[in-house]
Amino acid sequence: MYKFQDGIPIYTQISGELKSRVISGQIKPGDKLPSVREIAEEFSVNPNTVQRVFMELEKDGFTYSERGVGTFLKEDGNMVAQLQQQEAEKIRTRFISEAKKLGLSLDEILKDLANHWEQGGTQE
Amino acid sequence: MIKINNLSKSYCNKPALINASMSLAPGKIIGLLGPNGSGKTTLLRILTGELRADSGNITIDGEPLSTNTKARISGLTNTDFMPQGMTIDQAAATYELFFPDFDRSQFHSLLADMDLAESLQISSLSKGMKSQFALALAISRRARLIVLDEPLDGVDPVAREEILDLIAKGFREESTILVTSHLIHEMERLLDEVYFIREGEVQAMGDVETIRESKNISLDELYREVYRK
Repeated sequence: MYKFQDGIPIYTQISGELKSRVISGQIKPGDKLPSVREIAEEFSVNPNTVQRVFMELEKDGFTYSERGVGTFLKEDGNMVAQLQQQEAEKIRTRFISEAKKLGLSLDEILKDLANHWEQGGTQE
Repeated sequence: MIKINNLSKSYCNKPALINASMSLAPGKIIGLLGPNGSGKTTLLRILTGELRADSGNITIDGEPLSTNTKARISGLTNTDFMPQGMTIDQAAATYELFFPDFDRSQFHSLLADMDLAESLQISSLSKGMKSQFALALAISRRARLIVLDEPLDGVDPVAREEILDLIAKGFREESTILVTSHLIHEMERLLDEVYFIREGEVQAMGDVETIRESKNISLDELYREVYRK
């Protein structure tokens, strides 16, 4: 079963997951998205929650819906890059604030990153 | 809309429910969460007509609760009272005779999703399978209100997930599902709205996503926050 984080709206977490599928190419521009029911079943959540995910995605301009047919990801060449950038910004913000908490300087961080870049990132 | 207004009930002077009020809109899964012995089952049994309230009233789409409205409310049936030699399929056919709003095709598809064969005899079902079977029956009725009393109780964690899936799948726009549980964390992902109950007193907490958004906490944490002394 999909693991949700406590205290964050579930619709935000599902829409984040769908966006990361767009970034990784599992969902491609122009693709039809699974139905509300299918997504509700996949995440074991209430269909109303998924309805809200669809509303948000459409409002933010990622998808459009055709009555009686379904919801589609827009054919927008920039979308993947845009999502990637949004995601990168989030990681950067978190990274900088954590590093500052540890009292590390920019120089130290850059050196450390350079040393570990090659073999890093495989853990997790 | 189903309105529960100032319902009270005592057993031998011991209050089990004190001025409980709820409002249940169609198309929502609503949780009534609280520890064992807090009054959840008393409230549900008043809704299903098994118990009578001392005071207060219930209306279903404007009509007071009566034998008339009873047909619009579906609840879990204890499968131990069914003839144990019957197969699931035969039991479902019997159930359909009692409840004309039973949607057999949905029932079949829910069972297929759970890999529960309809040729199985009731006597051969495990405890978890019995819970799934009873739940599939209850939520396959096109009822206005479906009440599920502790559907996760006594079920192991793996089967719990299947039960949550089953509720999400069987849920339909025109019904309200009212589900009770003392397992707040497990129920959380399924609920639209939530009420807390403790020592017979019901508190409306509202929309679950709004709680997470505005307070950044889970229902478990909220429960502890509300009842912290």
